[in-house]
Amino acid sequence: MDLLQTKGVEKQFLGVKALKGVDFSVKAGEIHALMGENGAGKSTLIKIITGVYPASAGSVYFNGKECKFRSPLDAEHAGISTVYQEVNLLPDLSVAENICIGREPRTKLGFISKKQRKVQARKALKRLDIDINVGENLSSYSIAIQQLVAIARALDVDCKLLILDEPTSSLDENEVKELFKVMKKLREEGMAIIFITHFLDQVYEVSDRITILRDGQLVGSYDAKDLPRIEMVAKMIGKTPEEINRMQAGIVKNTKFGDVVYEAKGIGRVGTISPVDLHVRAGEQLGLAGLLGSGRSEIAQIIFGVDPHDSGTMTMCGKSVNFNSPQKAVKARVALIAEDRKVTGIIPDLTIRENIILALQASKGIWKTMTLKQQEEMAEKYIKLLRIKTPSGEQLIKHLSGGNQQKVLIARWLATSPKLLILDEPTRGIDVGAKAEIEALTQDLCGEGMAVIFISSELEEVVRDCDRVIVLRDRKKVGEVAGEDISLKNIMKLIAG
Amino acid sequence: MNKSSNKFRHLVWPLVSLALLLLFNAIFTDNFFKVEIKKVDSVQESVRDQIPEIPDELTGTAAEASAKAEAEIQAPAEQPAAKQAPVEQAPAKEGKGVSIFGYYLYGTPIDILNQGAKVMVLAIGMTLVIATGGIDISVGAVMAIAGAIAALLISMLDAGNFPGASMGPAVYWIIPVIAALILATVAGVWNGMLVAGFGIQPMVATLVLMVAGRGVAQLITDGQIITFTNPGLVFLCNGHALFLPFSVWIVVAMYVIFGLLTRKTAFGLFIESVGNNERASRYAGIEARRIKWLAYVICGFCAGVAGLLAASNIKCADSNNAGLNLELDAILATVIGGTSMAGGRFFLSGSLVGAILIQTLTTTMYMKNVSPAIVAVPKAMVVIIVCLLQSPVFRAKVLSIFASKAAKGGVQ
Repeated sequence: MDLLQTKGVEKQFLGVKALKGVDFSVKAGEIHALMGENGAGKSTLIKIITGVYPASAGSVYFNGKECKFRSPLDAEHAGISTVYQEVNLLPDLSVAENICIGREPRTKLGFISKKQRKVQARKALKRLDIDINVGENLSSYSIAIQQLVAIARALDVDCKLLILDEPTSSLDENEVKELFKVMKKLREEGMAIIFITHFLDQVYEVSDRITILRDGQLVGSYDAKDLPRIEMVAKMIGKTPEEINRMQAGIVKNTKFGDVVYEAKGIGRVGTISPVDLHVRAGEQLGLAGLLGSGRSEIAQIIFGVDPHDSGTMTMCGKSVNFNSPQKAVKARVALIAEDRKVTGIIPDLTIRENIILALQASKGIWKTMTLKQQEEMAEKYIKLLRIKTPSGEQLIKHLSGGNQQKVLIARWLATSPKLLILDEPTRGIDVGAKAEIEALTQDLCGEGMAVIFISSELEEVVRDCDRVIVLRDRKKVGEVAGEDISLKNIMKLIAG
Repeated sequence: MNKSSNKFRHLVWPLVSLALLLLFNAIFTDNFFKVEIKKVDSVQESVRDQIPEIPDELTGTAAEASAKAEAEIQAPAEQPAAKQAPVEQAPAKEGKGVSIFGYYLYGTPIDILNQGAKVMVLAIGMTLVIATGGIDISVGAVMAIAGAIAALLISMLDAGNFPGASMGPAVYWIIPVIAALILATVAGVWNGMLVAGFGIQPMVATLVLMVAGRGVAQLITDGQIITFTNPGLVFLCNGHALFLPFSVWIVVAMYVIFGLLTRKTAFGLFIESVGNNERASRYAGIEARRIKWLAYVICGFCAGVAGLLAASNIKCADSNNAGLNLELDAILATVIGGTSMAGGRFFLSGSLVGAILIQTLTTTMYMKNVSPAIVAVPKAMVVIIVCLLQSPVFRAKVLSIFASKAAKGGVQ
């Protein structure tokens, strides 16, 4: 008996069909992975199940009854809880307040019982084997703990179906393990879990069944043990396994390096990063590796002038420079695609065209305005080049899927023809197909003589793509490997110390 | 996709509301749309014709006076002036100096445009500030400052004790105009410094000048209400050019200047970008603080223009009442025009329609003899209706009610 079932669900957005008749079902007591590329319709399907959007056609059955949830709250009352990729909690409230918000325990007089609230919060966390001070502000805990608090909150209601949308994208390896332990425990208790992720290993680690969507259509549902990994990828991107092997083999490192483009001597910032020396040559891809919080992103921020440095000097193409604001860095043709796409990347209510030309226009200033025709040509060129999935450049960027938004941001910076391109976690939350495209693209750019600094938590990527890797630990540079020495083992050794 | 329909979509609801209001007037208000062509010589009479009943309480208290402020400014100007300070004015003489073309249009719609000019000008600056995600509640006080400095300087020039007086009254009125605009722009620089420079919340930062501004204006005028008769200054809001009130042409000029500045340069894009996601804009290399600052400076300048119009309209600078509560009208006009208070996309044309809507409403009230004391109530009701019409949530709710009724009817 299926706990949740959708029949022929369709969804239409302003001229775009996001879902084209999807049948999908989840049983109680299973972990069901929902897979697909960006824009395949995973998020849309989830949002229809949880009542964020109404379906344009088709129906959703939960617990054997047809249901039309009008809001996520409706769905929550029925027993469907969702934890989203971005932690949707209130950082300035305490853990207990976050867990109980909207359903605070009351005293007899109708006031909120603070004592009872703490008890309830502790109980909810205990179910996940977490022992933290529930009176502390949520923001004082790591993202991983926050994610678990979000799950605890979701479970606190009488929950039969738990939906986890990219829960692991900001977690490190140990934290992921913890999360999986919790998920397995919940499965044993008979809960159904829908799990969305871009990490293929993780899918096989916990999932019982896998459903694949492509272009808004159901490709199929499979038992995890019957579906080899390469075949799953093939189904997701609609190519044969052979084609994929060729794509991956196709990444060829550029080996011709030019002059030093950017060099920093002892740049640092008290409390953020200890002084670091680094340089990167034209055509070279420099990797920054290390655990979350090891100072990778901080270096990127300092190079780009977001955070001022308080020690050291930098030179760009041999000339001494001092980037103390992004404007200066942009003018010197440095580009940063920052880590947090939503906060530091997209301008949600502007069109794709406007988002693409923004950095180039900013470097030109107010008066040297690009004509509408120039803007449209540029947008069209990059939409084609980067294969951004959209009916036109006049769509608002917020309507695009994560991977396509990332491509727009890449377009924004390529349009400025940078000499130094810094990519901070460019492949986070992006599917295999887009990942391979972005990796191939950066290699091409290196081939054209661009210097690239590449930051990623996925060490395989760093090993595959980088010509030289600086390893960081505890906000310090602890080593550097180059050429043949770049291997997973060597980098891990340095990270571990 | 149909681009042009998207481009004007934000104008639909304000225009529909305005049309409904005009329709109401067409049916229930006699002669509302009657527009005549008059010769300049008869200006003074025409102004008298226009207001059927002039409030006859020349001995009223100050409080009453401010309650009646709106009504008064539509009356011939010597009345409020006479009330507060005796002046030797020669109204009949002014009639001749106030038009360029010999003929002009006259009637209620024209009057709405003339009286609405102040809010329209304010709304232009306010729209830009709101688009950056800010707000400027000091514009009313800045209007008072601008009016005060202009009136002070013109009275000094008229008395002959200010450099430039020798140029003659036909020329030297430009001095107080420029001084007022500079001072108002400085006020905008101050606001911008607090908001963009020091990161103070816009509401708090501009509250400073909202409270202190009227004090500054009082300081300038030494607590007096300064009246003036200089034809140049009076012309701004009482004169006519090319068939229309001169103030309308000022609005047109401001709209064209700032429309071009925002849409033909990248300024508008940067404002929208900063208002929508300031941090990401900074990461894209936009000097977000400078953009915000500039918006406040422009807003200050617009307040200066509006302040001059207000002073010119009643031929005096009244530090207590000039531009009183107009910041609220300007904000309202902006919101009615489709610009979100959260910042981001902005629509100058929408704001102008919003301002006209508000003025039409006010004028309708007066023509229907609604007491100025309670005018705010029906005004608020219309504003609520307009805002509800604009809300997609509300429209969806209404539609779903109709849809369910229709469905039920179908079953039966």
